[in-house]
Amino acid sequence: MRRRSVLTGLGAGAALIGARISARAASPMDLSPLLPEGTRAEAIMDALPGKQPLIKLAFRPPNYETPIDAFAEAITPNDRFFVRYHLAGIPDIADLEKAWSVKIGGDAANKPLEVSLDELQRQFPVVEVEAVNQCSGCRRGLFSPHVPGVQWGYGAMGSAVWRGVRLKDVLARAGVRAGAVEVAFGGADGPVMEGTPDFAKSLPLEKAMDESTIIAFAMNGAKLPHLNGLPIRLIVPGWTGTYWMKHLNEINILSKPFDGFWMQKSYRIPKGMFPVDLPFTTQAEEKTVPITEMVVNSVIGNVPDGSRQPAAGFTIQGVAWDRGHGIKQVEVSTDGGANWKPASLREDHGKYAFRAWRFETGKLQPGAATVMARATSNAGETQAAQLKPNPAGYQNNVPQKIAITLA
Amino acid sequence: MKPLLLASLLLLAAPALADESSIELKPGAGLEQVQAGCSGCHSLDYIQMNSVFLTHDGWKAEVNKMRQAYGAPIDQPMADEIIQYLSAQYGVPPKS
Ligand code: HEC
Repeated sequence: MRRRSVLTGLGAGAALIGARISARAASPMDLSPLLPEGTRAEAIMDALPGKQPLIKLAFRPPNYETPIDAFAEAITPNDRFFVRYHLAGIPDIADLEKAWSVKIGGDAANKPLEVSLDELQRQFPVVEVEAVNQCSGCRRGLFSPHVPGVQWGYGAMGSAVWRGVRLKDVLARAGVRAGAVEVAFGGADGPVMEGTPDFAKSLPLEKAMDESTIIAFAMNGAKLPHLNGLPIRLIVPGWTGTYWMKHLNEINILSKPFDGFWMQKSYRIPKGMFPVDLPFTTQAEEKTVPITEMVVNSVIGNVPDGSRQPAAGFTIQGVAWDRGHGIKQVEVSTDGGANWKPASLREDHGKYAFRAWRFETGKLQPGAATVMARATSNAGETQAAQLKPNPAGYQNNVPQKIAITLA
Repeated sequence: MKPLLLASLLLLAAPALADESSIELKPGAGLEQVQAGCSGCHSLDYIQMNSVFLTHDGWKAEVNKMRQAYGAPIDQPMADEIIQYLSAQYGVPPKS
């Protein structure tokens, strides 16, 4: 990939990110009891520069998830938005704030060109999309049996208003040749050792040309945070975060399937296991396909596991989302899944965004109880009753089971 | 491919080093090899985070993945010592 000066981690303990503001042990309330014991022991609350304290899973590269209480509302604030990197070569802010440009080429581009950030902002129609960015591995840590990888709980996700320009408008300027099948993307971050494949991804042409696929330069009305892709990143609504290239600086229009490691050897799921509207046929193999569209899901944000709640009644709040059909209904159970009642859906922020919801429990029996929520999309898809095992630990949408005491 | 080093790296290295150096792996034969061989690309909390659920074969597959897929410069004797350490300190018995 095109590389600017990059801070690299060379050898034990080399740093990528500047001074931390604070670090304290995460309260056990923040961590699901389903996580591996080693994860629960090493995770701490830690504030990266410019961020509120998040749950640190790994220092380098930084992998930090959003505490679950952020998911009581539809918008995830920038300073609480999760951070996810595979590779530790991350450009520092000064380099990302220098004159920026993205190079557009590839064998199926008519006229390779370079577009500066300034040109992006002035010469193309500016659009906004509110959309969920969820890491493919969100909830991997809750898999049983556990599978290796970053052991994410519920918080490797967030929803924001992204402002930018349509990818298809930018591609049109380079000219998409007949015969183009995929568009590949690279960012300025990268590996710290010779043998590690650089992180690069591709989309099928049809998804790249989708109205809602944009190159964003703003998030919730502010510039992108350093560790969420400054100065520009790709927004691929409905699809998991792996395609949302941060620090975007390279786009290639291709007449053949892109053969990078992170497409062909990683981020794969068993064929046919999860519903999709747009199959990624050029990357399909006999048994596996790339993970693409998210599964319908929900989370309860305001009821900590193990907490005491008033038996006289309390409000349960959370969010629900899917792969772009929108949420039809959310149901809540306060008896471990025996009985379900509809929650009230709050304001609609669009089919790709979090749909916030609320449920008044009314009076309940004192004692132990288990709270659950389950969402159904406008496509008629409902959260899975049972985990669908897959080697990389993706697409876990089994309803939470939150144990509480009513008093 | 190779990123450039900035002079500012030295300045920034000090504070974060303190955080990453708070990671303490369990003592045991092979710890030094792990510290030398497994910290080039990521912090060692990746190991703690992935415990305790991998078998000896599971850790062997992880170490091989680091070498083959990600290019970890570790020779076979060192890999064997690392796998021994990981399965002794952060592993579970094989599933029967
Ligand atoms: C050449 C670079 C490199 C070296 C050296 C390296 N790793 Fe990794 N390791 C990676 C990358 C890249 C990932 C993926 C990181 C991510 O996705 O967050 C990874 C991920 C992991 C994971 C998470 C599970 C997974 O498979 O993604 C574990 C556990 C791990 N490494 C252990 C080790 C151990 C043990 C060693 C020493 C033998 C080691 N690593 C040395 C590059 C390296």
